[in-house]
Amino acid sequence: MSITAGLRPYAAVNEEIRLMLQKKDKAVVKDVNGQRYIGCGIDKGKRIEIHGTPGNDMACYLNGGTVEVFGNCQDAVGNTMGGGKIIVHGHTGDALGYGMRDGEIYIQDNVCCRGGIHMKEFRSMKPVLVIGENAGAFLGEYMAGGTVVLLGLHLKRGEKLFGTHCASGMHGGKMFIRGSYPRENLSENIRVKNLDESDKKELEHYVKNYCRYFGADYEEIMSKPFKKVVPISSRPYAGLYTPN
Amino acid sequence: MSVNYIPRRFDIVRDNERCVQCGCCVRQCSNECHYFAEGGKIVLADASACVACHRCVDLCPTSALSIQKHVCDYRENANWAPQYQQEICRQAQTGGVLLSGMGTPKPYPIYWDKMLLNASQVTNPSIDPLREPMEIRTILGRKPRQLEVDAAGNPLGEMPPQIILETPIIFSAMSFGSISLNAQKSLAMAAKNLGTLFNTGEGGLHPDLSDYTDYAVVQVASGRFGVHKDYLENARMIEIKIGQGAKPGIGGHLPGEKVNVEVSNARMIPEGSDAISPAPHHDIYSIEDLRQLIWSLKQATQGKKPVSVKIAAVHNVAAIVSGCARAGADIIAIDGFRGGTGAAPTRIRDNVGIPIELALAAADARLRDEGIRSEVSLLAAGSFRCSADIVKAIALGADACYCASAPLIAMGCHMCQTCHTGKCNWGIATQRPELTKRLNPDIMHERVENLIHAWNHEIKEMMGGMGINSIDSLRGNRLMLRGIGLSEKELQILGIKHAGE
Repeated sequence: MSITAGLRPYAAVNEEIRLMLQKKDKAVVKDVNGQRYIGCGIDKGKRIEIHGTPGNDMACYLNGGTVEVFGNCQDAVGNTMGGGKIIVHGHTGDALGYGMRDGEIYIQDNVCCRGGIHMKEFRSMKPVLVIGENAGAFLGEYMAGGTVVLLGLHLKRGEKLFGTHCASGMHGGKMFIRGSYPRENLSENIRVKNLDESDKKELEHYVKNYCRYFGADYEEIMSKPFKKVVPISSRPYAGLYTPN
Repeated sequence: MSVNYIPRRFDIVRDNERCVQCGCCVRQCSNECHYFAEGGKIVLADASACVACHRCVDLCPTSALSIQKHVCDYRENANWAPQYQQEICRQAQTGGVLLSGMGTPKPYPIYWDKMLLNASQVTNPSIDPLREPMEIRTILGRKPRQLEVDAAGNPLGEMPPQIILETPIIFSAMSFGSISLNAQKSLAMAAKNLGTLFNTGEGGLHPDLSDYTDYAVVQVASGRFGVHKDYLENARMIEIKIGQGAKPGIGGHLPGEKVNVEVSNARMIPEGSDAISPAPHHDIYSIEDLRQLIWSLKQATQGKKPVSVKIAAVHNVAAIVSGCARAGADIIAIDGFRGGTGAAPTRIRDNVGIPIELALAAADARLRDEGIRSEVSLLAAGSFRCSADIVKAIALGADACYCASAPLIAMGCHMCQTCHTGKCNWGIATQRPELTKRLNPDIMHERVENLIHAWNHEIKEMMGGMGINSIDSLRGNRLMLRGIGLSEKELQILGIKHAGE
């Protein structure tokens, strides 16, 4: 049995989802048309399948559950998520994974501005954001932990892997970027390195997942070289202030 | 030897007839001003790092110490005051942005001191709170436009979540990180015993405070530190921090030195890493986006928690408050520019924002004009020094007042304004274990409670004098206020008459 969102307000749709997830572990929501907050805070063991275009703040405060979207998403997917998994068979808007602390997000296509902004990690909590195509400006801004993987698939002539101010203010975590990249769009506070063995192992795991979810060719993806982007310092503003 | 261009601020005066060279001051001073000399036989002091926190003075067993302002005159100059010369020297040395602690010490007008309260004489009786009931219970939350009841008087429809406080005084946001866990715990204990709230700031909620979550306001700030589902669900109220009176428009950096293992646990970030709160929330670029965050928090908590929006008092505060109310905030906190801080760039602290008195009056008037005042509770913040300030704020339209500096003073703070150095000798604004252990929550919560009990009683006395026996009758009752020495414009903004009118 599935839920049809149609043109109903988000509160009604989300309440129906909440009640269904009290009884079952999975809810299928069809004909979604911009309803906000779907999958907000759902717990481990619960799963939502969304068909259509969910609205802003999808899977915000996600608490271990899984949300899979067959369609595109709007802004702030996975806002402040604390764990779980988001799989989007399409593209997403701005501020994807804002402040996410744990869990995994896989986006088949591209993302807009400020993807992975202020992602952070804590002990065993290590958030992962995998993007199939390219990313807009300010990717990984203020990033404090976790991993961003940017695959750059299907880029057309003139399209860049990421927009301006990439990794601005980044002070933790790492990004794996595939193929040629616009060096001029990288911020000054970061360093581009080659992957070591443990990086490669980690990357392979994420790429395999991507291929499994979206039916991509693993060998083809891995045939292009990856680079690793890391911050120069975990204390970018340590010398900024003078006690007065 | 490098030249020190800045004379010391204070002199440490030791009465050698009283001093027994016990070394208490040496052990107490984290700035290392006091030291043993001649093989430990005598105690001397170098005041160059003295901040006038009075720890040594207050703990000296023979009262042998005092602190004096160090006099070192510059040639008189009304424009180039010594402060500016010294700050330039500091910046010439380091190239850094000047950083200060606590609220601005600049002599801006304090409107509390330019407003006088009314009292009853002859035409209506004053009330004695010692013998007659006096209601200061305060209820925060969005009130419905109308209340529908059935024939038996039972309410129909759902009431938005309300918070019942036994005092109009609540403790403002101070994160674990900016203050010690012992200081935060003292406030939590006091809040519980007083029937009011404390506020975690944006530092997350430490597990040691799990007994006090029913009295906790938890903040969601731009860094989203420590924000997760349980944190939101366990709180009494959720507050979106947009701005702070001491530093409107900017974010915050908790330096890695202060992120020890405990702070890292509460904030959920690695030890020793900088905790950076960006200036904006990157999911809020408009009132519509604020609405989105407010309702996401309500979704996450199934509408059971009131959501507050805290903003700094800035030029267009009234319109912003109106927007916040319309975006769905249940409570709006306005923080005036004299509000305190653990650390803020000096220039911002001393030059940005407006006084809470004017901001509060403007916001309250605007909400009334628009007919939406009852849909939102207003919290005033930004330096309340005594109970009279609070009575005046409520008469200007506040539902309750956020206080932080006053309870810190109750715990030992001496306003030395160096919170940002992390060396607080009173164990408040520090994470050093040898300093934080000086603050015993079992004692300090009582001192804070004593203060609020005293203020509560003074509030009742002032209300009784006006012939008012319920704080609801004082709220927005500007006829109880008169201005003294204020211009027509100031009176107009405050919405009050001049004394004698």
